[in-house]
Amino acid sequence: MAATAWEDELTSELAQRYGSRIERFATYLGQKFLVAEVGAVPEIVETLQLDWEFDYLVDITGVDYPARPKRFELFYILYSFARNERVRIKCSLAEGERPRSVCSIHATADWLEREVYDMFGIEFAEHPNLRRLLLPEDWQGFPLRRDANILAMDNRWVKENLGIESGQ
Amino acid sequence: MAQTFLDSNELVLNMGPQHPSTHGVLRVILKLDGERVNGTECVIGYLHRGVEKIAESRTYQMFAPYVDRMDYVAAVSNGLGYVLAVERLINAEAPPRAQVARVILTELNRIASHLLWLGTHALDVGAITPLFYTLREREEVLKIFENYCGARLTTHAFRIGGLQYELYDGFEAEVNAFCDWFIPKIDEYEELLTNNRIWKDRLVGVGILNAADCKRYGVTGPVLRAAGVKWDLRKAQPYSGYEQYDFEIPVGTNADTYDRYLVRMEEMRQSIRIVRQAVAAIPDGPIMAKVAKVLKPPVGEAYVSIEAPKGELGYFVVSDGTINPYRVRVRPPSLINLQALDQMVKGALVADVVAIIGTLDIVLGEIDR
Repeated sequence: MAATAWEDELTSELAQRYGSRIERFATYLGQKFLVAEVGAVPEIVETLQLDWEFDYLVDITGVDYPARPKRFELFYILYSFARNERVRIKCSLAEGERPRSVCSIHATADWLEREVYDMFGIEFAEHPNLRRLLLPEDWQGFPLRRDANILAMDNRWVKENLGIESGQ
Repeated sequence: MAQTFLDSNELVLNMGPQHPSTHGVLRVILKLDGERVNGTECVIGYLHRGVEKIAESRTYQMFAPYVDRMDYVAAVSNGLGYVLAVERLINAEAPPRAQVARVILTELNRIASHLLWLGTHALDVGAITPLFYTLREREEVLKIFENYCGARLTTHAFRIGGLQYELYDGFEAEVNAFCDWFIPKIDEYEELLTNNRIWKDRLVGVGILNAADCKRYGVTGPVLRAAGVKWDLRKAQPYSGYEQYDFEIPVGTNADTYDRYLVRMEEMRQSIRIVRQAVAAIPDGPIMAKVAKVLKPPVGEAYVSIEAPKGELGYFVVSDGTINPYRVRVRPPSLINLQALDQMVKGALVADVVAIIGTLDIVLGEIDR
């Protein structure tokens, strides 16, 4: 089953407003999503919040594709209580690119962006407190990158902190 | 006003990670001015096991038992969310009999989760007795789980496409007996607590989080409903046939700790209502849909969420067409709800922090994953 086009009032207004900065609108398995340029995402999130009542930021998460020139995909999942509808924003970014934080729009984004930074090493510009969330602050590397070697991370930690070979 | 030495001196106090009222290993750094809390910072991750990373090297079926270890007091709900997400990706649906069985077990699990919350919350606030009662009742739910699938906590009750085990003989009678026996127990708890003056003193007006703040922080579940928002995913976006059942969404008005208590008590009654309707109408038929032994969902992604006892529990699963999920993201309600703690405790007393952590109903296994 392939993704099908998504067209309604919302998409036509967003398309008019953001032009080529939104690549496409589609639905897959009954779920609506749009693919946008990473720089346009905070504006789109804000427009959806102010004009379309998407007032609940459900989740922000990343996916890593090391072989691609733009290796990361970021997903923003938004929900509107008034419309009972969910929309997903998807964007791609290369290593070292810094997407702008949406903390000032949705307070939820604080920890969600910290977790994305923690796991993928994506740094969010203008985030008030961008530190690791789940892992210790002195942790090396970003485990949810596909090329992260968990075993090597563990062995190194054991060697440095316990002074023995981990034996794994 | 002139500041004395005492009230200008901010004290930083570590609460946890080993503290009985943080319900696991949560460390809260409190900035105190006397007994008043000026600010907090949560330090989490002590239980981080890399569940999302583990998913990358497991098949879709192999990963299912892992999700039970996140919110381990509501493992059945965790499992339901995951199997629904994968079923969405492979475009399969569990047969009606399996769906009804899923609803029964999930609602029983909601009761078990709320009972554990009630007992520990009351214990935190200073009432020891309810814990013994609630654990006694929870035991009966766990016995049903044990009879059904052999496990009490991390049940792995569901499979992608349906159920592995047929309902055991006498299942309906046992569940019905539990319902009849349990309803008066809720009244007993309410007799102990609802109009208890100490209980009310500790809860009424404490930890207010209004509807606008709930939405700003993405807070869901009973906390959101106690703020007066009539929103429950079982009604808003029904799954597993919840649209067939007749039940109410309890809401509060004052958005405080006391209202959240009332909402959860009523939710247990509503869960019993759903269970009774479901048990009365278990259809015959297969319990497993036709699902390939080796799952290779087509390339794509899906986000599926359910109303877990603690709020919106979402699974975002990305498939690259192989037998292993390319990425599984869990959106745990506890993590998002905990983020509102800072806002809720500002200006409160240290003793209130304990009540507020309790009322958020967090499980650290789910926060840290």
